[in-house]
Amino acid sequence: MTTHTPAQIAHEKRRYIQVFVWLTVLTGLELGVIYTPLSKIAIGGMLIMLAGTKAALVAAFYMHLANETRTLTWIAMTPAVLCVLLVFALLPDLGALTRAFTQATPQVATSAPPPPH
Amino acid sequence: MSHAAAAEHTMGVEPAETPLTPESWGKLGMWIFLAADAMSFGGLLAAYGALRYGDPGWPNPAQTLGIQLTALMTFLLICSSVTMVEALAAIREGNHAGLRKFLLLTICGGAIFLGLQAYEWDHLLFHKGQSITKNNFGATFFILTGFHGCHVFGGVCYLSAILGRAVRGVSGALIVGLTAAIGTIAAVYVTFQTEMLIVGILAPVAMAAVVLAVANALRGEGVYSAHNNNEVEIGALYWHFVDLIWILVFTFVYLI
Repeated sequence: MTTHTPAQIAHEKRRYIQVFVWLTVLTGLELGVIYTPLSKIAIGGMLIMLAGTKAALVAAFYMHLANETRTLTWIAMTPAVLCVLLVFALLPDLGALTRAFTQATPQVATSAPPPPH
Repeated sequence: MSHAAAAEHTMGVEPAETPLTPESWGKLGMWIFLAADAMSFGGLLAAYGALRYGDPGWPNPAQTLGIQLTALMTFLLICSSVTMVEALAAIREGNHAGLRKFLLLTICGGAIFLGLQAYEWDHLLFHKGQSITKNNFGATFFILTGFHGCHVFGGVCYLSAILGRAVRGVSGALIVGLTAAIGTIAAVYVTFQTEMLIVGILAPVAMAAVVLAVANALRGEGVYSAHNNNEVEIGALYWHFVDLIWILVFTFVYLI
């Protein structure tokens, strides 16, 4: 196990407080963003970016991924990539879900009647 | 096994195997577990997203759910993450009192989170008419937050076991962990019965006080030191993961 020197530990403690301040500020920003007069898509995009930044800060500094071997980073990234793929895999189902919830019948293309002679 | 490796082994430290793997197999195992657990949460969040965006009649979360209370819960988990890293830093300095103090604060933070969640659930179930069977909103909300709450409960018991081990080995871990489990269930139950926010805060604090009393009563020879704190670091990984997942749940379920 790596032995940490007092200087390293003091540096880490400062970093922990800095990250805490950032996490608090970003959480405050998230709460502020939902009251801004922007479109839902813009607010959603900003919220996802803020949440991703907060999650990355926790993983990198509190879970020490920034100082770990690359193997752990790859292990941590794998579920994130798979979950993004899962979201894209579910996208084709959204239309079917919407129809099911609204109980709308899908429009069936009908051939035009032959013109009268 | 060489003399150096044997000496290291007796201190509870696992030797590094290759440059690609971390210095501790326990840490690698925890990361693999967390990756699998993250996929469970990812599946639930993806299902939530698909159901929500496919349903035009989905209620507005900001109106249905209390954002102020949940923001407080988020801040509480962030604070508990800070106390957890401070606990690890303390034992790396050989500061046993600091380890116990910050571990107890982390446990207390997790337990208060659960008390507040019990209050929130009670409010939603009995005052706002939501339930897990009412609609897709209720089903996905209660499953997601309940699954996360189970993780917080597991984390409280896990960190309590580490606190017990810090004061008296395996027996301490069992006794303090069990005390925390029973105390947390009791605190959540009392909150649910009284339907009062203040009880959701005070009952978990009382539970943490009982855990502290039990840990102090057991005070003997702990196992952690400045050179042997691998288990604390692995426990901290789990706790930070619970915090990280809540950051995502808070954004996707409450804010968006």
